[in-house]
Amino acid sequence: MGKRVGMEVAIASAEAAALCKFDVAAVYPITPQSHVAEHLSDIVNDGRVDASFITVESEHSALSAAVGSSATGARTVTATSSQGLLFMSEILPIASALRLPIVMLIANRAVSGPINIWNDHSDIMPMRDTGWISFFAENGQEVVDMTIQAFRVGEDRRVMLPVNVNMDGFQLTHMVEPIIMPDQEEVDRFLPPYVPFATLHPDKVVSMGTLGMPEIYAEAQKSKDVALVNSIKVVREVWKEWEAQFGRKYEPIQSYRTEDAEIALMTMGSMGETAEIAVDELRKEGVKAGLLKIKLWRPFPFDELKKAVKGLKVLAVTDRACSFGGPGGPVFSEIRCALYDVAKRPKIVNYLIGLGGRDVQVENFMDMVRRAAKGKLSEPYEFYGVRG
Amino acid sequence: MNTAIKNPKNTVESFELYAPKLATKEEFFVGGHRACQGCGEALAIRLMLKALGKDTVITNATGCMEVISSVYPTTAWRVPWIHVAFPNSASVGSGVEAGLTALRRKGKIADRRVKSVAIGGDGGTMDIGFQALSGAMERGHDMLYVCFDNEAYMNTGIQRSSGTPFLASTTTAPAGKVVPGNQVWKKNLPEIMVAHNLPYVATACQSYPIDFMNKVKKARKVKGPSYIHCFVTCPTGWRSPSETCIKLGRLALETGIFPLYEVEDGKYRLTVEVPEKRRPVQEYLKGQGRFRHLTPDQIRVIQERVDIEWETLMIKVRNSKSREELRAPRG
Repeated sequence: MGKRVGMEVAIASAEAAALCKFDVAAVYPITPQSHVAEHLSDIVNDGRVDASFITVESEHSALSAAVGSSATGARTVTATSSQGLLFMSEILPIASALRLPIVMLIANRAVSGPINIWNDHSDIMPMRDTGWISFFAENGQEVVDMTIQAFRVGEDRRVMLPVNVNMDGFQLTHMVEPIIMPDQEEVDRFLPPYVPFATLHPDKVVSMGTLGMPEIYAEAQKSKDVALVNSIKVVREVWKEWEAQFGRKYEPIQSYRTEDAEIALMTMGSMGETAEIAVDELRKEGVKAGLLKIKLWRPFPFDELKKAVKGLKVLAVTDRACSFGGPGGPVFSEIRCALYDVAKRPKIVNYLIGLGGRDVQVENFMDMVRRAAKGKLSEPYEFYGVRG
Repeated sequence: MNTAIKNPKNTVESFELYAPKLATKEEFFVGGHRACQGCGEALAIRLMLKALGKDTVITNATGCMEVISSVYPTTAWRVPWIHVAFPNSASVGSGVEAGLTALRRKGKIADRRVKSVAIGGDGGTMDIGFQALSGAMERGHDMLYVCFDNEAYMNTGIQRSSGTPFLASTTTAPAGKVVPGNQVWKKNLPEIMVAHNLPYVATACQSYPIDFMNKVKKARKVKGPSYIHCFVTCPTGWRSPSETCIKLGRLALETGIFPLYEVEDGKYRLTVEVPEKRRPVQEYLKGQGRFRHLTPDQIRVIQERVDIEWETLMIKVRNSKSREELRAPRG
């Protein structure tokens, strides 16, 4: 049942893709994703996976080549970060519209202005509405597991959508973590060969990416939404199956010590583990604190959220990006919207934390909980610990 | 001059006899599409596909051809076809090649060669798709790229591109009271492709169908990247009568404005003879509204430039050697 290894997470993500026996990888290097790119090419050039590695000249071409490859029916992986993801943005909604189950490993990093290579979620947040399934990993194990799950979910005939697996740049990508690496036989059992619905091949001629006039464009958009909304059933099903086979549980929103909690933090990504320690410390002080961790960002888990916040008086949502001039962080605004119709909803406050790699420590999370409990936020959202 | 041209009646009578030997009757780009009357590009695509045959996957950049041929739920394409976006037909095509190659190697699809062919207009190739083209060609994919150059962004309404000729009037480089149209010379993309050390680069034109199809067939055979720059008439954008589509392509050749040549392994060769005494550029320019504003002095400047370009090409045709010829004798 797998092998426990100490491995850098970026490398582990490439190893996970290798276990999925991808046919084509099209990747352009960018910090902090570069170890993913390098290791994928190592795997191909060492012949460990029979695949083509396309050394594209940009991220725009990385995703474009991935679209071309996936459209032939090849299992295709790409990876990027920050500016690279933004450069891909033109092609992101096309990949989902063409219903191509490409898997993208994203090493989340701040977007420029000023340039900054460190971690936050300002790269993926503007890409929220491009029709991709989005997983957020908390640690190296989740990166590996979610990468394998991503192929399985995306390629499911009921889904047929691209999936991105988000891992925090440096905080995850460059950490050596203990990871149980599944063995090939186990992955083969979990992930069947990809059977595409339609491919670019002269044996069965199709036209893909045709022009949609106003009479059909809206239907195309609706069908994408329906596909994404419905995909949550498959995600739940696949995660249950994963748990049965591998013994590791995945839920769209994972609760930590919330049974009797009055106030909870909410995180997405690697900060969950730090926040857990803060909750433990607060509990020692007698504060009824808990933590909610979002693992599935798209499709958004409305039902799970409503269940998870039951009994909470205050929910302190942390965001790793800002919707400038808008309602605060993007996670915050989603949560508030999702709970608007819930009669007994908690008071919801928002902290913008860890922007561009700014360190967030256990004490900071404890402080956030204490202040939120006192209702001391003067604004609907706050740049936590930021000068000026 | 052959006898058929001397006697037009014979041309028609001989057609059934000779034409099937030159081109298949099978159509892979079929009628019912929405191209303008006299569109050189739609004709060129039809010819290209006759030469390529069925084992082809086309990646089409955004532009006229995608718009006129693929209004959902209709399609004019009888070969597998994909359109993704404007700047990336070369990179999508490279992904198609990589996917097909990997799947064939792994026994997941039929074991036969299917050629990935990416196409785009001059804007999609020479401007916004330039980087993707350079990357795809440099990486050595087994693919063909064909640029259909009608010398401006015709799909969006005749805006100037780097393929637009000197002094042509376009909607973003209009012949104004002070500035008489496009102020720079056309970018020489075939030369840039030659500089990529491609095994095969060629220029072509819809007005020379056999020459074009022969080049496509040659490019298809190349195991690696190849590039064809196909000059195509746009009556709408050039403000020229639809029925002069073929004539304008011929005049572009006979004036030396757009010579037809190929560069095989680095060696240049003219594929269609140009009259010893080239026609004056005036004859090509006068039939087009986009050049209507030109003064005799401006036409003289264009003539001088065309003469220089022609000589530059002739020097290459006379002196260039293939890499094979240049290889130092061994032992």
